[in-house]
Amino acid sequence: MTNETTVDPGAGTSEPLSAPANEADTPSSKVERFGGDKALQLDCGTLLDPWQIAYETYGTLNAERSNAVLVCHALTGDQYVASPNPLTGKPGWWSMLVGPGRPVDTDRYFVICANVLGGCLGTTGPASTNPQTGRRWGLDLPLVTIRDMVRAQAVLLDHLGIETLFAVVGGSMGGMQVLQWAVSYPERVFSALPIAAAARHSSQNIAFHEVGRQAVMADPNWCGGRYFERGVRPSKGLAVARMAAHITYLSDPALHRKFGRNLQDRDAITFGFDADFQIESYLRHQGMTFVDRFDPNSYLYVTRAMDYFDLGADYGGSLARAFLHSPTRFCVMSFTSDWLFPTAESKAVVRALNAAAANVSFVEVESDRGHDAFLLDEPEMFRTVTGFLTGAAHARGIAPPPAGGLA
Amino acid sequence: MNLQPAPSGTVRGDHRLVADLVTPRARVLDIGCGDGELLDLLVREKQVDGRGIELSQAGVNACVARGLSVVQGDADRDLSDYPDDAFDFVILSQTLQATYAPRQVLQELLRIGSNVIVSFPNFGFWRNRLQLMFKGSMPVTDYLPYSWYDTPNIHFCTIRDFVSMCDEVDARMVRSMALNARGEPVGFTAPWWVWNLIGEQALFLLKRS
Repeated sequence: MTNETTVDPGAGTSEPLSAPANEADTPSSKVERFGGDKALQLDCGTLLDPWQIAYETYGTLNAERSNAVLVCHALTGDQYVASPNPLTGKPGWWSMLVGPGRPVDTDRYFVICANVLGGCLGTTGPASTNPQTGRRWGLDLPLVTIRDMVRAQAVLLDHLGIETLFAVVGGSMGGMQVLQWAVSYPERVFSALPIAAAARHSSQNIAFHEVGRQAVMADPNWCGGRYFERGVRPSKGLAVARMAAHITYLSDPALHRKFGRNLQDRDAITFGFDADFQIESYLRHQGMTFVDRFDPNSYLYVTRAMDYFDLGADYGGSLARAFLHSPTRFCVMSFTSDWLFPTAESKAVVRALNAAAANVSFVEVESDRGHDAFLLDEPEMFRTVTGFLTGAAHARGIAPPPAGGLA
Repeated sequence: MNLQPAPSGTVRGDHRLVADLVTPRARVLDIGCGDGELLDLLVREKQVDGRGIELSQAGVNACVARGLSVVQGDADRDLSDYPDDAFDFVILSQTLQATYAPRQVLQELLRIGSNVIVSFPNFGFWRNRLQLMFKGSMPVTDYLPYSWYDTPNIHFCTIRDFVSMCDEVDARMVRSMALNARGEPVGFTAPWWVWNLIGEQALFLLKRS
């Protein structure tokens, strides 16, 4: 792990924090810093000035500037969609979908992926240094929303000289951003692919998030969000939050198939509270590895942004009105076994788009892997994304990839 | 009625007829679009702004994979989502007889489309009549291959029945033609009762009166 010896300069301690400390201010990726007339007006009323946004790009922007694809990441994702994460060294989180010859073909499209506002890998978030105080923002950072995240991305695209996006693609919270993009900037979005998403966060999902946040805040090392200054870290709380959340990303059949009631490195139950079962061991591992790459306060902010998301609420509760006169081509996708963002949520979006006479496709992919399916090897999803983007690229007049491409 | 050109290439006869009725660059909704064959034809040849609704997920996925805009849905339930006059043409090809409430479906079609194209199997076709009369059993033909217990076709009608329903819902018949099983038009003018006997299927272009 590259960051294990990373020391927070403000902590006054040599204890290794395993925190993405440097990545929050000086990310390994590209980063743009804005302020003054590019200050960010947040939904909560505060003006964020200055602020920064970290991003990665793949492929080449064509001369017409018509082939830009924005990929929006999910709750704990990052800008490293198709290149190794600098903290974990693992391949890009969507490298099966995005890359040369992949459905989002970087031989054909110019792909941009930015860390979300409130994140912890280089875009302004609670782990970033507050320039006014020289300390980390912590809970002093104003609350951010999905719309704020999208506003920040729009400023970045202005800066990059990209007026219209050929496509905006994302799963889960990324899909929320896709929908927000289509509503906030309809004329800038040629096509939109929200996957395993919803137009609002359900009560059940808010409930799960609240459990996670309470786990973080109940850790004595959280210190009211000032753990960096104390040289500690609420790793246990964050790990528990991740464990609980991780269950919601899977499905009962997938868990049963993978783990069943199998025991972990033992022949019999131990009559104790050690991780007897494989599923326990797996969840503990998920929790422990997560804390190495994610800031606990960031987890609070980003989950909150999802909770606040309700696209129709800004339009008198009518989602159809939000999409009225939308010029965007939509492809909505869900997975049969996803109970966190179930098909019914996607269908509500499709109904609203139909009512708004928008151009929409809807595909429900058969999979037993739950919400996580959107990140996994799902050939049906790949075929749909390829078909939808190829059809849209034809309509937009984007040249096919050079011969030899898989698409 | 006009004589239609013979079906060409690999395009299904009734698809060719439908394509000839649709004006270029129209907004089109194809209900029950299957794997998107007709919609694809309309997009390619008529440059329509095409949408589809298909009940089977396999059909929908096939359509989207070929670049068509198609949603999973059902003619009985999902047409009410669309606003009035949302489309220049609404096409219901070989699906009316499989709906739960054909009359309501037809009314919805007339509401959301300025032009409505409907095709359906004619239960009054002479061979169907003969099977019922002489064998005393529900007709099973190459064109209607299902047994009564496993057929998706729950609301069969004859051409005459359909024409009277059009009157009831104030639909004006702009074009009508009787077709054989391959979707080729019967090609001559005849009184309704003749078409009702010799047409294996029928194709109508309707408008609101």
